[in-house]
Amino acid sequence: MPGPDLLSSQGLRLDGRRPNELRRIKCKLGVFTQPDGSAYLEQGNTKVLAAVYGPHQAAKSKSSTDGVVVNCQYSTATFSTGERKNRPRGDRKSQEMSMHLRQALTAAIKTELYPRSQIDIYVEVLQADGGAYCAGVNAATLALIDAGIPLRAYACACSASMAWRAGQPEPLLDVGHVEEAAGGVVLTVAALPNTGSIALLEMSHRLHMDYFDVVLSRAMQGCRDIEIILDRAVRDHLAEGWTKQDIVTI
Amino acid sequence: MWTTKTFLTKTKRGNILKIVREHYLRDDLLCGSAACNICPHKDDEFVLASNPESICALFEYPHYLVLDTNVVLHQMDVLEEDALTNVIILQTVLEEVKHQNTAIFQRLLEIIGNKKRKFYSFVNEHHKDTYIERGPGEKPNDRNDRAIRKAASWYASHLSANNVGGQFPKIVLLTDDEGNRKIAQEEGIVCCSVKDYIENVNGFVGLIDKLSKNVIPESCSKDALYPAHLTPTQIHSGIRNGKLFQGTFHASRDNFLEGTVSVNGYEKPILLQGHIGINRAVDGDMVAVEIFPEEEWRKPSDIVLEDKADDPGDLLEEEAVLLNTAKPADNNKDEITPTGKVVGIIRRKWRQYCGILMPSKFPGATRHLFTPAEKRIPRVRIETRQSDILAAQRILVALDSWPRNSRYPLGHFVRALGPIGDKDAENEVILLEHDVPHARFSEAVLACLPPNDWTIPEEEIKKRVDLRSICICSVDPPGCTDIDDALHARPIEGTTADGLVKYEVGVHIADVTYFVRPNTALDKEAAARSTTVYLVDKRIDMVPDLLSSNLCSLRGGEERLAFSCVWEIDENANVLSTKFHKSVIKSAAAMTYEEAQIAIDDSARQDQIASSLRVLNALAKKLKRKRLDNGALLLASPEIRFQVDSETHDPIEVQAKKIVDTNSMVEEFMLLANVSVAEKLAAEYPQCALLRRHPAPPPANFTTFLKAAMQQGFEIDVSTNKSFSASLDKAQIPDRPFFNTLLRIMATRCMQQAVYFSSGTKMQDEFYHYGLACPIYTHFTSPIRRYADVIVHRLLAACIGEDVTHASLLDTKQADSICDNLNYRHRQAQYAGRASVALNTHILFKNRVEIEAAVVLSVKRNALQVLIPKYGLEGPLYLPSDKFTYNEEEHFQICNGVVLKTFDELTVRLSLDSTNLQHRKLVFQLVEPHIPGFSYVPEQAMDVDAKTEEKKEEKVEAKKRKEARDTKVKKKAKK
Repeated sequence: MPGPDLLSSQGLRLDGRRPNELRRIKCKLGVFTQPDGSAYLEQGNTKVLAAVYGPHQAAKSKSSTDGVVVNCQYSTATFSTGERKNRPRGDRKSQEMSMHLRQALTAAIKTELYPRSQIDIYVEVLQADGGAYCAGVNAATLALIDAGIPLRAYACACSASMAWRAGQPEPLLDVGHVEEAAGGVVLTVAALPNTGSIALLEMSHRLHMDYFDVVLSRAMQGCRDIEIILDRAVRDHLAEGWTKQDIVTI
Repeated sequence: MWTTKTFLTKTKRGNILKIVREHYLRDDLLCGSAACNICPHKDDEFVLASNPESICALFEYPHYLVLDTNVVLHQMDVLEEDALTNVIILQTVLEEVKHQNTAIFQRLLEIIGNKKRKFYSFVNEHHKDTYIERGPGEKPNDRNDRAIRKAASWYASHLSANNVGGQFPKIVLLTDDEGNRKIAQEEGIVCCSVKDYIENVNGFVGLIDKLSKNVIPESCSKDALYPAHLTPTQIHSGIRNGKLFQGTFHASRDNFLEGTVSVNGYEKPILLQGHIGINRAVDGDMVAVEIFPEEEWRKPSDIVLEDKADDPGDLLEEEAVLLNTAKPADNNKDEITPTGKVVGIIRRKWRQYCGILMPSKFPGATRHLFTPAEKRIPRVRIETRQSDILAAQRILVALDSWPRNSRYPLGHFVRALGPIGDKDAENEVILLEHDVPHARFSEAVLACLPPNDWTIPEEEIKKRVDLRSICICSVDPPGCTDIDDALHARPIEGTTADGLVKYEVGVHIADVTYFVRPNTALDKEAAARSTTVYLVDKRIDMVPDLLSSNLCSLRGGEERLAFSCVWEIDENANVLSTKFHKSVIKSAAAMTYEEAQIAIDDSARQDQIASSLRVLNALAKKLKRKRLDNGALLLASPEIRFQVDSETHDPIEVQAKKIVDTNSMVEEFMLLANVSVAEKLAAEYPQCALLRRHPAPPPANFTTFLKAAMQQGFEIDVSTNKSFSASLDKAQIPDRPFFNTLLRIMATRCMQQAVYFSSGTKMQDEFYHYGLACPIYTHFTSPIRRYADVIVHRLLAACIGEDVTHASLLDTKQADSICDNLNYRHRQAQYAGRASVALNTHILFKNRVEIEAAVVLSVKRNALQVLIPKYGLEGPLYLPSDKFTYNEEEHFQICNGVVLKTFDELTVRLSLDSTNLQHRKLVFQLVEPHIPGFSYVPEQAMDVDAKTEEKKEEKVEAKKRKEARDTKVKKKAKK
């Protein structure tokens, strides 16, 4: 399992991060005017756009009296990877991602407030460099906030992997494409860090029980770190952007 | 905490793919110098001394060294000496080294890990002040050189920044690249070549000898002896369009001007002849070969050719001798092999070689020739000023390069192993040449051991099945201290449905895994060693002595932890049930095979031990019968034991190993335990069980063997192991009791090696063990001396819930790599054992000459391979071609009507030829049958002439043989 060395003897990763460091996260709320809410998020070289419509009246077939129906669409731009991708959406992988998105976001939204309604969330991956799903969840959370939809807590997603340093297991936070491709396990966690609950947990390979706890706790730590970054972004946006943007849109 | 500048590095590869990667630059990387007061070091993070003492006369102020990649790659042996300290290894260098040579990289990491050496690895590529981007059109190498210079100048200014008035260490850049040096000087960096630096070092004798004489091999076109090699790109395209072939070069053992390369697409290996044909390839190298058109194909020469003893200078010769004899004169198509020449080296597989120095004839000369112990390696030219001391020593030498204008490769001295002929030095040579890890156990490993006075803790006893009250005993060879198996048997109540008596039989194996926990330093060391290596007078343990001969060893009368496999077996040796559990046992007696045999035979003994031994013995015989009925092969190999002088540890006598009933008793139960465990593991772990298989030998292996048996009038059926075994049993000659054993010895040589494998890598029907005729097999019974058994113990413990699994245990890929290492180490351990036997035989025969009965194992063109049953020795008996004629069809040699063929019995004279110190060898001379002018005539024998006349008649010959033996016995009696 150790495979290629993801950690140098000095304890740095291939891109120069330490094992417990996130990639650089840059984000912006309210990037579009047409949808009810939107956000742009960069996590390293992974770049994601999210847009939210609703809540609006649900289509007859989907309508539920219990709460709002969350409708997600995950798509990957054809130009997002090194080799051109042919099918941006609708393939198995995208459908699976859409389902996962819905699961994570439904957990965060106060669904009971809007019976017989629907919220549409569109996530577009502009550039994929590992952890596109995580970036998608984080961006969608910001877009939901921008749309003014009541949330229980921030929904944050983060991935973690395993590496070895001097024979000791060392979990890696926020796995990039290079590290993903190295073939190790990737554990993706979507959580509501504020409440400590996990909305989604997915693992790409088999991992021995002995290491699961350390990897999971590192991923949860990543979710908490991301929450702080998102929270700051929201506050900044509200502080400076609210009035400005209103003027622009009006 | 970290700067968020993102840099993008773009690379293109293959089908032009743009890869964009993040590259974080940091400000929290430390410079590692105690003289620095800028970086926020913690106390234990200083690696480089604040005021390093200079050992080089050129730079008499304190300084740190910065090394260039090539310096690390080529001068590793200099760096490994304790001389150079306070060295900065840049990440740029580290990565380039890792990329180019993993072995050197590992050695470098070792040095960096050694605190005393003060080597600091600085991550310049991620430091915000030392990172540089590759300029447009700049070659990667130039960029790296620039990065190294940048880091060097950063260090210089960084260290001087806050030390305005005081003393601070300067930076010296070591590089052998002249261009780089020039630019560095312009930039104000102090730099120097390694050679100049090392030659001016004071106080370290012999450091200069270790300097690698690295020249770029292809650049020396002046006075070139060899054609130039192709460049890697030429080789690559040549292989692609099918003009060139790639393969591993194997030099011939007998003829230094010949070698072979096995390539894809040709059934026979490609023959390479002469200096030009081999073109500087060394045994083991990966080479590119060009194959000649068919009319130039030759056959392998069957002459023995050794390199001349004296140094002929840089000339090539001897070609004529070889090529003349190898002309394809006869039209024997079979022997013609595809022939070719080496046109390029893809990868060198050079290691360090043991051997001896042949000092130059001129006194005071510094250039000498070195002869490796391995015959397939060419001589090496080395430079040393200590030739007087080294001439009498075994030394270790590393190869550096082989320029076109040098007849021999260039190398440098690494270290001395000890005086030639010294027992320890010779053993060291055996261990090094067979790559046996034999260093003392490190502190980290010893720290994993329990204390010396360790006893079994109470709670551990509670967890286990308590078998201390049961009469368990162990049976081993005399002098065995690592006892890893013990047995018990007792009748149990009730009978089977058929009214047979039931017995409980237990095999108890030392519980090594209780002490060797996974992923500890101890475990890793044991995994690397894989097996205990037995030399004649020395044992290289897999686990430290405390475990191997004390805490794990199931000694008599002491409480020990064990892993037990307990069966219910009926009278007819049918297994009714099997269970595995961990246990605590107290062995009632640790016996030798002979003691156990006496206990069984002595009907007066009616104690528990004797009676359980009798039960075991009876059951074992039935088990064996069953096994043989299934088609298991009884093979034989000549094994010998040395009696060693207790004072000098020199061997004083050899004898073939004695086999008694109890040997096979223990063996049967071990086999049964192994099979039971293998079945359990294969069922529980379809992907990662560690098993052992023995593939059936391909029929082609048997051709010569069958032919030889035919000559003796026996038809051996090798179609299945069952028929093979049956026909071997039938092949008996009443008045030659040794004949059958001999046949079995030869049959063993036709077999393939049994190997370890992981169950996930093979199909179920490939699990078969041919020799034992069982569908599945593993090793469970010797965890003290085999690492395979340790893994098997862990797997078994995990599946019966007595231990937890861990990640690496269940990983197929890792299991596979463990198997590869196990197989390699086992093979090497075997070879090392044999080499040790050979060494001791040589010592034994140093001052004596014996005349012994021998048998012919095989017939070669210029020799007979003979075996001396008494000593289990074998070797070639050379036959001159002017006297003997060789019949290729029937494989016999004939001279004056005397026919020598396989299985013939001879009398030979044994003596030691010490003329060549490197390759001392036993010389076999023919005594009987007598051939005038060739056979050795013993001085005592008076009636030789009389005998020669009758020699054609076989019956008389047999009688003579007997006589010869008698006289020999008498001679011995006189002594």
